[in-house]
Amino acid sequence: MSLKKVNPEQPKTFEFNEKTENIAQEILKKYPEKNKKSAVMPFLYLAQKQNNNWIPLAAIKYISKYLSMPYISVYEVATFYSMFNLSPVGKYFIQVCTTTPCMIRGADKIVKVCKEKISDKKDLISKNGECSWTEVECLGACVNAPMMQINNDYYEDLDEKSTAKIIDSIFRDKLLKPGSYRGRKNTSPENVKTINGREHA
Amino acid sequence: MPKIIVNGKEIEFQSGMTVLQACELAGAEIPRFCYHERLSIAGNCRMCLVEMDKSRKPIASCAMPATEGMNIKTNTEMVEKARKGVMEFLLANHPLDCPVCDQGGECDLQDQSLYYGVDKSRFSENKRYVSEKYMGPLIKTQMTRCIHCTRCVRFATEVAGVPEIGAIGRGENMEITTYLEKSMESELSGNVIDLCPVGALTSKPYAFSARPWELKKTESIDVLDAVGSNIRVDTYGWEVKRILPRLNEDINEEWISDKTRYSCDGLLKQRIDTPYVKKNNKLVKSSWDEALNVIIKKLNETESSQIAGHIGDLVSLETTLAFKKFFELLGSNNLDFREKKFYINSEDKMNYLFNSSINGIEKSDLILLVGCNPRHEATILNARIRKAFKNNKTPIFSVGNPGDQTYEYKIIGDNSQTIKDIIEEKHEFNRVFDIAKKPLIIIGESALELNSGGFIFEELKNFLYQKKLISEKWNALNILIQNASTVGALDLKIINKDKNNFEFFNNIKNNKFKILYLLNSDNLKFEKNNEFIIYQGSHGDRGAEIADVILPSATYTEENGFYQNLEGRVQECRKASYPAGEALESWKVLNKLTNVYKNKNLFNSFNKLRDEVLEKIVNFESLNKLPKYKEPSKKVNNNFENESVYINPIDYYFSNSISRASKVMSECRDIKLKYQKSGTNN
Repeated sequence: MSLKKVNPEQPKTFEFNEKTENIAQEILKKYPEKNKKSAVMPFLYLAQKQNNNWIPLAAIKYISKYLSMPYISVYEVATFYSMFNLSPVGKYFIQVCTTTPCMIRGADKIVKVCKEKISDKKDLISKNGECSWTEVECLGACVNAPMMQINNDYYEDLDEKSTAKIIDSIFRDKLLKPGSYRGRKNTSPENVKTINGREHA
Repeated sequence: MPKIIVNGKEIEFQSGMTVLQACELAGAEIPRFCYHERLSIAGNCRMCLVEMDKSRKPIASCAMPATEGMNIKTNTEMVEKARKGVMEFLLANHPLDCPVCDQGGECDLQDQSLYYGVDKSRFSENKRYVSEKYMGPLIKTQMTRCIHCTRCVRFATEVAGVPEIGAIGRGENMEITTYLEKSMESELSGNVIDLCPVGALTSKPYAFSARPWELKKTESIDVLDAVGSNIRVDTYGWEVKRILPRLNEDINEEWISDKTRYSCDGLLKQRIDTPYVKKNNKLVKSSWDEALNVIIKKLNETESSQIAGHIGDLVSLETTLAFKKFFELLGSNNLDFREKKFYINSEDKMNYLFNSSINGIEKSDLILLVGCNPRHEATILNARIRKAFKNNKTPIFSVGNPGDQTYEYKIIGDNSQTIKDIIEEKHEFNRVFDIAKKPLIIIGESALELNSGGFIFEELKNFLYQKKLISEKWNALNILIQNASTVGALDLKIINKDKNNFEFFNNIKNNKFKILYLLNSDNLKFEKNNEFIIYQGSHGDRGAEIADVILPSATYTEENGFYQNLEGRVQECRKASYPAGEALESWKVLNKLTNVYKNKNLFNSFNKLRDEVLEKIVNFESLNKLPKYKEPSKKVNNNFENESVYINPIDYYFSNSISRASKVMSECRDIKLKYQKSGTNN
């Protein structure tokens, strides 16, 4: 992980659209008036959702004014969490986990496939503009290591072959199903169908 | 009081103290980077680890509240090992560039690594590199050296009140920066340089110009505003290299404003180093004798009532008295020190002082600003108001709109009728005011400049007196004076004939004077029309521009002198350097002039002059102390006029001749003007 780069090209203005605004108002209700800045993280998330999965500087300014916070405080939060993107990402945004358990199970091979198939540097959008990838810290699915997240779904128990297959499906715009790619059901042990004589969930 | 054992020694401490403070009470020194007395506790450097009984791990003493019966050890093997470990981690990514680092010699990390540093590094990876960050013309950054103590972040947010610095990213990639590398918009920004325990934030104008151990240090005071901040002047030979704050809990705590700190390069530029005489409409270098003879010839030709003198903003008490004596010798009393026509009643000393004292601001429970902009008029005092606002939630109100003050305030009106309503107890504000036990009213020069300035002042004073808020215990009446020379000049009775005497201004406007002697005075605005102008001063500024004869004299760092700050404390400004070229100390110039004029000395020695000054100071207690309290005299009646209270904007970075000569100050001003023009605040 390194410090996030802010996109050099920025839209001039940003405003919550009606739908987002309604959700924002709902969120604000959760906090007392004097603590309204607690809403900064859901707000940043809303802004990201509204703006093609990335947060422009104008949105940071908009949110800080909305919540009466200094610009730098919102900026601090936005740079701290890897879930906030400060530059545009592809329509399919791949986050490859490279923290220890995944790394031991071969995350570097998946990174290699991403480099070959999508772009040779992380955070770069692929030539056809469909897809971008990045390395992230633990996504909390260590049992199914190595894994990656595409938009909102987890793709688990990967190897080079399956990763390549998934990425190819992205380019065909027909994304494969999420889940384990070694035939496991959720986090169940491999090749064991029953535990204590009962089928597990 | 609760007790704590530190290294086997039992001591008492005040409840609420941290373990670190208790250890300091016991005389055990604890190394630290992130902890600072005047900032909130962060607890992120881990350098202050100590051993506590019943705790298997060492504890961070700065963040641990001290409690009854704790047993703390600061000199055990475990503590030493822990601190060595912390230091090793801190040094893992800190560059070994001390020889080229400006902090070298006064660096906390350097000093502490002497005791806790390991001589070899076990870190074989690449060191991290962080790109330089732009923080304005005053602060030079070398962020690779940063150890993330966040002192600068906390200072900007808490003390300066401009939350512009922050830590972006996280973990190894954390970086300290201003939002999008914008310059820091605070008049106190220079203090982050002193706070930085390493060489990450250093002074840009002072970069690579000297080492701390080769500088001569002189303890002095600042005269660029009326607060009288305590400073240390560092000189190398003749040059003033830098100015640093000196601790004074009563005035500036340990901060100084940017103008105080960075105007010092103006001391080297635009200096008048020899007398000048105007010949054929051109100023020509001349000798002292020639210049003095020209003046005396002119003085002899002119009637004494047509000779006038104006005392500038940076003049010491001694020089003011010598100037007054000189004018007595001439038989003229056309003297003034005001730059604008503001009302002043010099009968009581309290009429021109900040009577509650700067410390008193923290005790107050309500502050009313009347036509003043403390942020620009007295930056350090404004930091105290902010402290009161932040720590005690003191409510602040204002008559007139002073703009951004770094704290929240409520504007209760913008014309003099509001003040009249308050005095007649008809305003809503009175309800809040009546509950307050220790309110404060701060009247600015802008309010006194109004036509009803006299009314505002006298009636407010009377109002407070009736409410028993002017007494020896608590004096709510405060005048915010802008210039360092003002209080002293009033004490020496430069204007004493009539209370509201604008005769000087009227005469100068009607060009009644034949000779005008400007004593270091550059801010007086008037149209020159055939007057013969003598300028005595240090810088080729507005005064010298219109002068017919120029006499070179010293600046505040080049002569000894007493100054009275806005609270009435008499403080000594000490000589750190020598006057430029042929220039003389200001009182010596006047002495020399008298010598040629009347063939006698004005004063035989500086000490005699000094003794006379101290005798003349009204209600004088002792040096560095507040003056004695005296009951106010009777109220003077003044006319009322309804007008809007407009606060005159101050060109903060350009308010005196030294700052105007400074390159750094003009850079700061340019940046500020740029922001104002774009009007967007980034």
